Order: sequence, then C-alpha cells, then structure tokens
Amino acid sequence: MRNYVLRRLLALLPTLFFASLIVFFTVRLIPGDVIDLMLSQNDVSADKMSRDQVIRALGLDVPIWEQYLRWVGSIVFKGDLGKSLWHSTPVTEYLAQRLPVTLELGLIAMIVGLLIAVPIGVYSAMRQDTKGDYIARSFSILLLAVPSFWLGTMVMVFPSIWWGWSPAIEYIKFTEDPWQNFKQMIVPGVVLGAALSAITMRLTRTMMLEVLRQDYIRTAWAKGLSEPLVVLRHGLRNALIPVVTLVGLQAPLLIGGAVIIEQIFVIPGMGLLLLDAVNQRDYPVITGVFLVVGVAVMLINLLVDLSYGLLDPKVRFR
Amino acid sequence: MTTPLLQVRGLTTRFRTERGTVKAVDNVSFDVAPGETLAIVGESGSGKSVTALSLLRLIPNPPGVIESGEILFEGKDLTKISDAEMRAIRGNRIAMIFQEPMSSLNPVLTVGMQIAEPINVHRGTPWSKAMEAAKALLEKVRIPDAAKRLDTFPHQYSGGMRQRAMIAMALACKPRLIIADEPTTALDVTVQAQILDLLKELTRETQASLILITHDLGVVARYADQVAVMYGGRIVEQAAARDLYKNPRHPYTRGLLSSVPRLDGDTSKRLVPIEGQPPDLSRLPAGCSFAPRCKQASSECLKQQPALRERAPNHLSACILDAIQ
Repeated sequence: MRNYVLRRLLALLPTLFFASLIVFFTVRLIPGDVIDLMLSQNDVSADKMSRDQVIRALGLDVPIWEQYLRWVGSIVFKGDLGKSLWHSTPVTEYLAQRLPVTLELGLIAMIVGLLIAVPIGVYSAMRQDTKGDYIARSFSILLLAVPSFWLGTMVMVFPSIWWGWSPAIEYIKFTEDPWQNFKQMIVPGVVLGAALSAITMRLTRTMMLEVLRQDYIRTAWAKGLSEPLVVLRHGLRNALIPVVTLVGLQAPLLIGGAVIIEQIFVIPGMGLLLLDAVNQRDYPVITGVFLVVGVAVMLINLLVDLSYGLLDPKVRFR
Repeated sequence: MTTPLLQVRGLTTRFRTERGTVKAVDNVSFDVAPGETLAIVGESGSGKSVTALSLLRLIPNPPGVIESGEILFEGKDLTKISDAEMRAIRGNRIAMIFQEPMSSLNPVLTVGMQIAEPINVHRGTPWSKAMEAAKALLEKVRIPDAAKRLDTFPHQYSGGMRQRAMIAMALACKPRLIIADEPTTALDVTVQAQILDLLKELTRETQASLILITHDLGVVARYADQVAVMYGGRIVEQAAARDLYKNPRHPYTRGLLSSVPRLDGDTSKRLVPIEGQPPDLSRLPAGCSFAPRCKQASSECLKQQPALRERAPNHLSACILDAIQ
C-alpha cells in the first residue's frame, strides 16, 4: 500500500512537468499585455523609457525559456511560485488564503451533490419505470440543463425579493465563525452541487439497475431480507464503485464551476483570484493557480483510486 | 403416510415476452414428504428452475407472474401470504442454493457475514453470536480453517468452497425444506459428488426435505427418493426414483435414460440421443409437447394434451400410448 502510494506520487512528476510547460506558455499567449495594462491604469505616459523600465523590473526582459527555467527553478528549489506582477505579493501567500476557501466550497458541493444523487438514483432504480422514477429522472435532467450561473443568479434575486434575504457580501472565515461561514457557503455549495448531482444520479441509477440483476441479489432475496437490506447492504456498495470514479473525474468541473459561483456569491476563493489574475494578465498568479489546481486534481484521482480498496475487496495495491 | 411438508397444486407461472405470454410452468403438482428428496429433472428450458423460484416467489415480476395454483407449506398457501410473511419463510423455513456459486455470493461482503446474516435477520441474534454460529456452520460444511475463512471474501474461495459456503448459508436457520437449483452444474466433476454427498448428509442430519433440480439422471439415481420429470413446462412422469429407473413409462424419460451411460448395464450398447430440440414454449404444439421428437408418436398424440395420470401404483405418466398399452 505505501509503496503503491509512493509510486503513484512519483508518477505525478512527469505529468506535472508537462502541465507546467502548458500552463506557463499558454498563459503568455493570451492576447493583451500586462505592461500596457499597467501603464494605462497608472496613467503613466507610455514612452519607451518607462516601458523598458517596467519590463526589466518585472523580469520580463529575458527570453521566455529563461523565464520558464527561473520559474521552475524557484518552485523546485525554494518552493516559490513567484510574485504577483501587480502587488508583488508572493503567489504562495495568495494561495494559502484562497485555496482553503475553494476546497471548502468544493467539498460542500461534492457532499451536497452525492446527498442529492445517491438516494434519488437508488430510489429511481428500485422503482424502475414507475411514476417516481420518471419524476426523479426528469429532475436530474432539469438539474443538468440548468446552468449554475443562472441558478446562482436566481438564488440571489428571488429570495431577496420574496423574503428580503440575500447572501452576505462580507466573507467570514471558517476560523472566525464556523457557523456563520457554513451558512454563507451552503447556498453556493448547493448551487454548485446540484449541477454535478445530475450525472452522478444517472450513473447511480444505471449501476444500481445493473447490480440488482446480479445473482447475489437474488441470493439476498432468497435469504428473506427486507428490501432496504437487499438494496442498501447488498446492492449499494457494489453500485458505488463506478460512482466514486465519476465523482473523482468531476473534481476539475468543480473547480471550473467554482470560478463562476465564487464570482456570483463574492467568495474570495481560487476562482475569484484566477478571474482577477486573468483580467490583469498577472502571469505568476495564473500559473500558480493552475499548477495548484492541477496538483489537487491529480491527488483527488489518487484518493479515488485508493478508495476502491475500501469498496472492493478484490482490489489490492501492490 | 405422513402429511406432506410441501404440497404444490396446479402451479402455473407465466412470463410476458415480446412474442406473447409463455407458460414456463404449466399446471405442475407434486408433494414433498418430510425428510424426503424430490428430484426435478429436465432439459434447460423445461421449467424446472422456474418451478423452484416460484416456490419462494422469487420470479422477477415483471415479466414473470404466478398465475394460479397453490403452494401449501406448513399450513400456509405461499401464493396468498403477504410479502412480510413470505420473507419470514425465505432463508428461514425454506432455503435455496443456486446454480452459480461464483456469482451467487456478494463480492463485497465477507463470507462469514453472509452466512451469519439470515441468523441475524430471522432470529434477531446479535452479530457477534451469529458469527460464531457461522463459524460452526463453515466447520460443518468442512471448510478448513473456518475461523480464518470467516473474514475472507468470496473471491478468495474456490468454486467448490463457495458452494459449501452457500450450503452453510442455506442451513443457517435449520430450514425444513432446501431447494437446490442445479447446485453442481458449475463445478468440477471431482467436486460435484463431494458437494452432493455433503448436501445429502446434512439434510438427513437435520431431517430437512430437499428439492434437487438437475438435468443429470446419474445424480437422481444416487440421491433422490422421488423424481418428477419435466418437459415443456409440465411434469410428464413422476414416480419413486427406483421405480422410474426400472420402469420408465414416458417415452421422454426412456429417451433420457438411454442417452445416459450406465456402468451397471451393458456398456457396449451405444448411447441413443433424443433427436431434435427442446420445445419453444411460445409455440407449443396443440397435443403432447414431446410428440414432435417422439418416435412412437401417432396422429392421436398431436390432437390433445395428454393428462398426467396414475398408470401404475404411485407412478404417474402423461402419455396416451401408456393408456393404450
């Protein structure tokens, strides 16, 4: 088991290397130039002199491959992701603030998504082709069809008209007041989770139907077990194995969704950070965010693979 | 004669298919006395497995439904009792052993837990106690190192061991009736006899009755007291095992017997197969369903379905030629 994890972690290195290449160079392909933006915003007359000065000060004067090597070098040797071009704040400092917020949002969304998807999916499979099944399936298609930015906007607009409720604008940290923080995060979490639950529900239903046809389910009935025992004890665990894979694969979607949701609900997470950085062409911040997200996605997939061992006794890690 | 443990009367099970409804089991009646072993013999598609599943109301519905008939067991008609009452009988008073030990055990639960489960469910025995009982059961079905085996998973068992575990599971609540649906078909020949001997020995020990579903007449000779031969969803011959071997009355039974090698008889005799295919249940002929394959069939056979009648003491057969003889 330990060897397996170590080997998997080592295998991440080449992936990370290619990810760093892609991230570093594609960011610089975004049209628009950080220097122009800075000069125009600071109202500095854009003569050649001051322009060259800014470029040199930001270290953008050296050839691009040298910039890359410097960037990678400082990550590898100093654990330093560089500094924001605008505020000269270290990128790692930003990430330390923002990453937990997005992780919390993602975790809530994932839990909410599973809490919606798994019970409905199981019910739908148990009552295949009944009215309840059709309603459940229509509901999941509806969730899939509704974009989360629309749902997010509706959640902002209508409760404030009807009940005068609106989500708090000022973000309260989890460490300051966990309950306030949770109340703030749950609505965006549900909006984000709802979108993800649709596919999970359909897969749960399909897998459950498949499992319920198996011989060992007939054995369970023949033992005189009640329907809940047959379905939950004997069926669900077998059906969940592919569902866990899907949830793992949804991790990148979760982060993509977070960009939009954080914008709507003004949550200071990675998504908002990334959006601001892209608007400002703040290259080190963008690359830093991408790299951390990439590592997170890879680690989540590793966790998913490890969780098979819990669900399926046939899985042995060597 | 003692009162039978199980009385099946006119059991008819239908399946709805794309080509209309099919009577997989058609007007089947038989008795099982306490401690007796009844073998139900037939080719695949003869309705023997559907009969077994119907007894426990395990026919998937839809598409299957028990259309008519009575299944009297311990004073109750199993076709009429509630689902909850049925659940209290399944795995408790009547247990079932299936054909595929490979896929009939749940891959994600330990074998011990699966054996202990019926004890926990039907008797309310706490898990720790039920697991001890499971260990004793594993020893009873002669699985070596039972204590260790309790916490392992089905994929760590061989086919024969899994079927032993299935038997242990079936015996868990000391059922009065065990239904074994081709329990050895999926196993190695060398293991088959061991499993059947074990099953026979344990049912004898607990005084349980056994319904043994099989297509293997060799098995029948060795283990059964009574035999019912099924063809096209109906019982075509029914007799005591010894009687059936000595005096098979129905041409189908005779065909079956002459297609099986016999070590006690003339081994130089060629085996005679039954020509043709088992009938398509959705297109059964108007008369005797075996007539198209029967060498003795006459035009009379195609006219009407022959009734299952007692042609000799305690020997039932469904062939009009039998009446003429």
